[in-house]
Amino acid sequence: MTAGDFDIAVAIGGAAGQGIATPGNVLARLTARRGLHFHAYNAYQSIIRGGHILLTMRLADRPIHTHGDRIDLLVCLNQDTMDRHLDVPGPGGHILYNADTITPDHTPDGVELCGLPVAELTDNDRNRLVQNTVAVGAIAALLGFEFDNVEETLAQQFARKGEDVVRQNVAVARAGYTYAESRFAAVPTPAPRGPTPLAVWTGNAALAMGGAAAGVRFYCAYPMSPSTGVLHWMAQHARDLGIMVRQVEDEIGVANMAVGAAHAGCRTMCATSGGGFALMTEAIGSAGMMEIPVVFINVQRAGPSTGVPTKTEQGDLWQALGASQGDFERLIVAPRDALDAMNTIPELFNLCDQAQCPGIVLSDLLISEGTFTVDPAEIDLHPEIDRGQLIVEGRPGGDGYRRYLDTPDGVSPRAIPGLEGYVHVVATDEHDEDGVLVSDEFTNPHKRRQMVEKRARKMAAVRARIAEPVLEGPADADVTLLGFGSTWGVIREAAERLRAEGVSVNHLHVKWLVPFPGEAVAAAVNGARCPIVVENNHSGQFYRYLRSETGVTITHHIRKYDGEPFMPHHLVEGVRELQTGGTEVYVPVQEVMV
Amino acid sequence: MSVGVETPPPVNQRPEGRYHAKDFKGRVDPDWCPGCGDFGVLRSVQQTAAELGLDPHRMVVVSGIGCSSNFPGYFNAYGMHTLHGRALAVATGVKMANHELTVIVTGGDGDGYGIGGNHFAHMARRNVDLNYFVMNNQIYGLTTGQVSPTSRVGMRTKSTPFGNVERPVNPITAAIMNGATFVARGFSGDQKHLRSLMAQAIRHTGFSFIDIFSPCVTFNHDNDFPFFKQRVRRLEDDGHDPTDWKTACEKAMLWGDEIYTGLFLEVKAPALHELEPILAEGGPVARRPLGLTEDQARALIEAMV
Repeated sequence: MTAGDFDIAVAIGGAAGQGIATPGNVLARLTARRGLHFHAYNAYQSIIRGGHILLTMRLADRPIHTHGDRIDLLVCLNQDTMDRHLDVPGPGGHILYNADTITPDHTPDGVELCGLPVAELTDNDRNRLVQNTVAVGAIAALLGFEFDNVEETLAQQFARKGEDVVRQNVAVARAGYTYAESRFAAVPTPAPRGPTPLAVWTGNAALAMGGAAAGVRFYCAYPMSPSTGVLHWMAQHARDLGIMVRQVEDEIGVANMAVGAAHAGCRTMCATSGGGFALMTEAIGSAGMMEIPVVFINVQRAGPSTGVPTKTEQGDLWQALGASQGDFERLIVAPRDALDAMNTIPELFNLCDQAQCPGIVLSDLLISEGTFTVDPAEIDLHPEIDRGQLIVEGRPGGDGYRRYLDTPDGVSPRAIPGLEGYVHVVATDEHDEDGVLVSDEFTNPHKRRQMVEKRARKMAAVRARIAEPVLEGPADADVTLLGFGSTWGVIREAAERLRAEGVSVNHLHVKWLVPFPGEAVAAAVNGARCPIVVENNHSGQFYRYLRSETGVTITHHIRKYDGEPFMPHHLVEGVRELQTGGTEVYVPVQEVMV
Repeated sequence: MSVGVETPPPVNQRPEGRYHAKDFKGRVDPDWCPGCGDFGVLRSVQQTAAELGLDPHRMVVVSGIGCSSNFPGYFNAYGMHTLHGRALAVATGVKMANHELTVIVTGGDGDGYGIGGNHFAHMARRNVDLNYFVMNNQIYGLTTGQVSPTSRVGMRTKSTPFGNVERPVNPITAAIMNGATFVARGFSGDQKHLRSLMAQAIRHTGFSFIDIFSPCVTFNHDNDFPFFKQRVRRLEDDGHDPTDWKTACEKAMLWGDEIYTGLFLEVKAPALHELEPILAEGGPVARRPLGLTEDQARALIEAMV
């Protein structure tokens, strides 16, 4: 068997409140312990009970970076899921369902309908969640997992609920396992074993861990989907890691509290989504003016306004660019996946500390709420920590300290409150080197210019420190795909597939948005035969920004703005369509209705 | 450089009397209008700080925006002149990051009760150990005279040329209802009394709030120095019991020929930093070493595998 032989997608569908998360977690753990890769996307709605949820989990024997194109094994927890998705799996697929309560309308060609007599298998257990555990057992049997592994994982999952619960769940799962094993054909390639067990995390956990590794000592937030997972992680780990975690009355309070804590000397982070980020913007500008390093995370969801709270979009780029009035120095970065998010946070903190300015991270629902496996060896929990020109020792009797000293590189040594000999005032008003408000004497054009230029000079060092984007794939390709942030995985997979189909494709992915690597991007675009910009929004925010920073124009685009993420085949088909010249902007149709 | 692995400095202060009010004079002189009530408040804080022997470098004065919010520039201590209405939020960040600092928040009625009203309610509820001194002049002065949340009904301002129809907020009852543990009212024209309230506020651990009548001589001709001089009456002269919140509210509601100043309420309750388990040992989080220990890192990975 070679890598790539085992690549299968399991989807569990049902209503909110039917307990989809638990079988999802069990399957993730089973997969990870076996050393297989896992990538899950949960399509859900902002609803407390009811609606439709479809959790798609792709399992593979090689690293995967999207939830893929297919559903091979569909688990229906209710009739609605059956009716919506009966025809999605297609030939070779399996559909599992509770035969007591759910009926397929017809039998699609080549699909094995796996009805599970749940009442019979569970001795008429009245617990409405019992069908989920039967399904877990049946899925495990069809995928070729040994039951011992299932038992072990269930024991871990339900450990906190006591032995009885574990025993009941194991018995029910075993009934589902045995039934499925004896009656249904397994998938053609049974799940192999990977070389080493993998870990499981979400993108939000990765962002939070990145903060913890970077030395975040203060985290505050107001709950907002899809960023709340960062708050949950921080709250859960606050005591073990010594992190001050505060839930604040609104995002205005969050951002300002973060500025205060950062000024007092903490590495400080906060996360929200677009609506909360809107409320934070004035404080982001204040961090720019007072030259205080703070990291603000915007986990994007489909907007504007309340928008579609549980759906993904790359629609806040211009919001981030325009966050706060005035010209000021700040960094904006869009990680490409969970691991990159984890590694980006410490790097961003170092840059923000060095340049004494705020930093903005653009994540999105796709990264933040996705569940993924990761090789623990790749997680660096001890990154380099560089706080830049930070003064931490007092100097009794010292005077003449100027907080905003005009230096050649624009960086003024920063003292934190509490130190003797460095007493100073920071101000959101324009000020002089001494922190005295320009308006306190008279509005002084020379001092204003001096301070604007001092702050602006700080960016030169940042530009030199950040990595430029690198073209992935053949240098000389027929098609160049360009993207930023969370579309990296799907573009990469689509490019691989196009290459396998004989289309020469390469891929340029932009991570640092401010400062923008304009020269590298312009060079790649100018050297491309057919550049195509891929982005998850309607108006082409990334393209318009790219154009404004480089002056280059691109005519071909693939955009999706229905709330659902791209699947690889959307891009494959889009590239083919654009190559034949039918259209300039290709918008794929979302065929799985969720 | 990295933030301190060294032991945090002791909280000791210079003995009382070592400082003089002038030691707390800032780098620039106030640009307030001659006769502004804020001068008396500034002087009172400077004298109180000197009397209490507070070290300037262990104090942080945080303000928002407005005439009175220019305060940090006129005061010798670490200062933060933040956004309009946001001083309490910023100050909470400072205090929780380094709870060994004495944090004073200054601002006006528009800043604190208008645009910043949400933070006022919540920082009081949380009992954050801040000393919040509001220079209440019942008008927006910096923007040249518009109605404020504490302006009286009928008051004519540039934004209410035919008279204000909205009822004013009562900062004292609002603070009590929101759970502030030290609630007082002072008058810029009675600095001795004000200093005594400020000293008690700073000694009180928890959210200490003083609403200070600080008349605007330029834009508010209704509530000027003579207006208050004739009316203010000290609660302590009436034998008010500051543990009795009901009487405190009744007395705070009186607004006529007699208006009470003094300490309305003082309640003993743990402050937010005293309730925060991670501050039980290890000193202020702002001074702790950064990064994860090997044990912490191992535990994080183990939980994921």
